[in-house]
Amino acid sequence: MSKEWPLWEVFIRSQHGLAHKHVGSLHAPDAEMAINHARDVYTRRNEGVSIWVARAGDIFASSPGDKEALFEPSNSKVYRHPTFFPMPDEVKNL
Amino acid sequence: MSEDMLNHKFDYVLRLADNVMVLSQRLSQWCGKGPALEEDMALTNVALDLIGQARLWYSYAAELEGKGRTEDDLAFLRDAHDFHNFLLLEQPNGTYADTLMRQFLFDTWHYQYLQALKQSTDQQIAAIAEKSLKEVTYHLRRSSDLVVRLGDGTELSRKMMQTALEELWPFTGEMFIDDEIDVAMQAAGISPLSSALKVAWDTHLADVMHAATLRLPDANSWMQKGGKQGVHTEHMGYLLAEMQFLQRAYPGAQW
Repeated sequence: MSKEWPLWEVFIRSQHGLAHKHVGSLHAPDAEMAINHARDVYTRRNEGVSIWVARAGDIFASSPGDKEALFEPSNSKVYRHPTFFPMPDEVKNL
Repeated sequence: MSEDMLNHKFDYVLRLADNVMVLSQRLSQWCGKGPALEEDMALTNVALDLIGQARLWYSYAAELEGKGRTEDDLAFLRDAHDFHNFLLLEQPNGTYADTLMRQFLFDTWHYQYLQALKQSTDQQIAAIAEKSLKEVTYHLRRSSDLVVRLGDGTELSRKMMQTALEELWPFTGEMFIDDEIDVAMQAAGISPLSSALKVAWDTHLADVMHAATLRLPDANSWMQKGGKQGVHTEHMGYLLAEMQFLQRAYPGAQW
């Protein structure tokens, strides 16, 4: 059965987390069942309060071969990190 | 509370416990053998929910009885004629279609019954019902959805679901027959009459079967009964033999 079902990627938002995180994948015939399956497979230990699923085929990824071209240039640009500004003590939560 | 009333209440709570215990045992037999990993886990999740509910009911029954028996004694050291579950629930798993249809027929009853039990004058019963209902709401949603998908699915899946429905149908009547205990419980405000659930059950069943393109068997056809009174089908002994083996062979064993 599962061989005929498309693959879905599952994203769960945990109790305290702000963003949905990728937790794994599963097979299901459609989105509704993918959410049910995600609930049954990935939230058994009270991991989540919200589920997203996306067809694995609808997710596009950068190519590992492009790693240097894409990411190397930002390596040498420390000035992009906002670590050189003195922060007043009164400013919280930064 | 009179002696009679207390005995009735003990038997009544055992019925609730035995229903979920026996179905849980049946479902756990699918563990590792489901048609897909996702279904396998979903079904065994249901089995775990039900055993959790059974523990609550058995603990309360043991407390009502007050003779020092525990939830484990009630589950593992009683014989078939002392079990009061519906005959429907002890039926063999059969194909996955049979298992899902049995689940759907029970979930529909279970959901409606727990809704009514939330109004029980017995606080403990009302509390267990309310806790169980959260799980059962999902069980019913899931089994209704799957019955529609498989009924209105391929020619083969439809045929298997229709056969399952017809084979299990004679075991559904028992859920709505009142006996002495039902009447006593209803009079005390503890539970609804079993017969009072029939209309709501019929309505949900008709909706789902319509969407599933399945044909409902004749409502007036002959029905099996006896589970609630401890008269079981031939499958019950085998089910208990497997479930109780360890405690029977090694009394008091713990791990």
